Amino acid sequence: MSERALSAVNVPTSRTPSPVRGVPTPTDPDDRGSGGAPMVQLLTPAGTRVHDSEYDLEFTVEELLAFHRDMVLVRRFDTEATALQRHGELGIWAQVLGQEAAQIGAGHALKPQDFVLPTYREHGVAWCRGVDPVNLLGLFRGVDGGDWDPHDHNIALYTIVIGAQVLHACGYAMGMQRDGVVGTGDPDVDAAVLAHFGDGASAQGDVNEAMVFAASFNAPVVFFCQNNQWAISVPTTTQSTVPLYQRSAGFGFPGVRVDGNDVLASYAVTKAALQRARSGEGPMLIEAFTYRMGAHTTTDDPTRYRTAAEVEEWQRRDPIARLESYLRSEDLIDDSWLAELAEEADELGSRLRTACKALPDPDPLSPFGYVHAELPAELAAQRDEYAAYLASFEDAR
Amino acid sequence: MNAAALTAVRPEATTQNVTLAKALNLGLREAMAADDKVLLMGEDVGTLGGVFRVTDGLKAEFGADRVVDTPLAESGIVGTAVGLAMRGYRPVVEIQFDGFVYPAYDQIVCQVAKMHTRSHGRVPMPMVIRIPFGGGIGAVEHHSESPEAQFIHTPGLKVVACSNPVDGYWMLQQAIACDDPVIFLEPKRQYHSGKAELDPSADPLPLFATRRVRAGDDVTVISYGPQVKTCLTAAEASAGEDGPSLDVFDLRTLSPFDLEPIFESVRRTGRAVVVHEAHRTLGPGAEVAARITEECFFSLEAPVHRVTGFDTPYPPSRIEHQWLPDLDRVLDAVDRTLAF
Repeated sequence: MSERALSAVNVPTSRTPSPVRGVPTPTDPDDRGSGGAPMVQLLTPAGTRVHDSEYDLEFTVEELLAFHRDMVLVRRFDTEATALQRHGELGIWAQVLGQEAAQIGAGHALKPQDFVLPTYREHGVAWCRGVDPVNLLGLFRGVDGGDWDPHDHNIALYTIVIGAQVLHACGYAMGMQRDGVVGTGDPDVDAAVLAHFGDGASAQGDVNEAMVFAASFNAPVVFFCQNNQWAISVPTTTQSTVPLYQRSAGFGFPGVRVDGNDVLASYAVTKAALQRARSGEGPMLIEAFTYRMGAHTTTDDPTRYRTAAEVEEWQRRDPIARLESYLRSEDLIDDSWLAELAEEADELGSRLRTACKALPDPDPLSPFGYVHAELPAELAAQRDEYAAYLASFEDAR
Repeated sequence: MNAAALTAVRPEATTQNVTLAKALNLGLREAMAADDKVLLMGEDVGTLGGVFRVTDGLKAEFGADRVVDTPLAESGIVGTAVGLAMRGYRPVVEIQFDGFVYPAYDQIVCQVAKMHTRSHGRVPMPMVIRIPFGGGIGAVEHHSESPEAQFIHTPGLKVVACSNPVDGYWMLQQAIACDDPVIFLEPKRQYHSGKAELDPSADPLPLFATRRVRAGDDVTVISYGPQVKTCLTAAEASAGEDGPSLDVFDLRTLSPFDLEPIFESVRRTGRAVVVHEAHRTLGPGAEVAARITEECFFSLEAPVHRVTGFDTPYPPSRIEHQWLPDLDRVLDAVDRTLAF
């Protein structure tokens, strides 16, 4: 297309990053890492506790230490899994590095009766739901589709199709409404759904349809969008020219941007949104403004599309470092506490390594058994034919 | 299959003379009365009763929570049905017309069909996706299609097609009771054309079973859905002219196929003609022909012939009667297979 044709259809030939568009810039004037839009933050990148007029909470020492411990352990688990991929033990790994605060904050805000729909990167949320990290590895090793029972942990299996699970979340929430577990006023009964997706998925029809359905039926679903700035190589600005949290207005429910590298704010905002949904006030959109510090997956090379300066800037806003800084300033942790935690992380890493390598390859005939609740005779016949073929090699030996 | 749920509701109903649309309506009603986890969802299924009136009166009887007028978004309908199934519901989804199913194709193929495998059976998808299919109603583009091959080709789905009111009544209840996802195809041009005696106290044929609908000796004729009627008419015409005697089958189930009765027939007749409105290439007839060749090779006197929709998009409605398989094309294929 010629430049003339471009201007004729009013497409800008160059675009200067604008803070309003949610682009993180090193020159962020208030040093909050907000991309220039209003953003809930309770802990600054430097680790200073600040207050928010709407979402402020008091935190117990136990809560603060649990946030820290979980983020450290999940990061270790993530690092270990990345290494396992490099050693050929996993086919691929999707790193959560950098997004721990958004996930641990959201995960802690859940009640047991809530339900979670994850993407394939929700390792921190799965951790909070009590899924053994070993059971996440099978999907990436190529031995299963994720080895946990969604009903035991109230978190569905990972979904790889971008955004598809957000509709499932809405349907699950509609089921909760029909089960009478929304808006009863009983804190042990009322439930909601937490739907995870990313900035890339925000462009998907399924995500937008889910928001239409949720709004129309007032479904108790919290849309939790981790805007990690990059959909593989494509920046968020290509998915949306307005800050993502503002999308909710068009659907008719509230939206808020939260500092996704601030575990306190992520927890506080998710807790409020879930409580709102549980009590029957309907859906809400949370945009957790964060950054994918690693590659999209272990197959990706982010140096091809983003600058080292940008990564360094976000390194400065690291979720664990800022909480650690705060906890130290409050004398809530010390070197020995950190050393103990490091030891625990080492044990987790070691257990993971051993368990990953011990995951057996599935039986070649096993796929036939999983397709249907009732195995059709013709598929059983295919299985038997293949079994006989395999057995013919054993006979030959 | 939840057989208890089926038998629980049968009794007091008396024999009625009903259209296909009414039979399906009665079947839905029975299923909803038997199991309060059964929900209907779709565009215009509630207050209007569906554009074909298949869900007529059900919202008034069962309430808006169980007969849900959804926003106009097919992927949204099927995707939320997935979530409802995860929560323990048995959604019955109506896709308004065959050609409207494609926006939901990703959810059907990647989620509905694969959830059982992905979860090793921990998350079954007991969902029915009802699709009015086939042509012959003088409609505009996208309203007359036969997309069944897309779903037959997808592991994890079951695909069935009813061809008459009695089957419609039973097969729909059986599909709803099935713990696997079922694509349920309804021959839309027959919704209101002709009635049949429905005896709700009779014993139904199992869902995944092929039925011989007319016995004959010379050529095996295999069809399903709207073309069963065409094939029966052809068989009657042939008999009336002292022509070849046709052994006519209604497949009823397209995934899984139930082809043993077909093989038994072809071993006798040595000749087979498959008839459907779906496009020819890789249509259901291709698979049926391949399996007949595998199982009946030494009995065949002629290649399996196919009478199908052509490999063109569905034509404008003024010429659809020429595009669709009809009595003459079926008998022409019968003649050709006999002359081979």
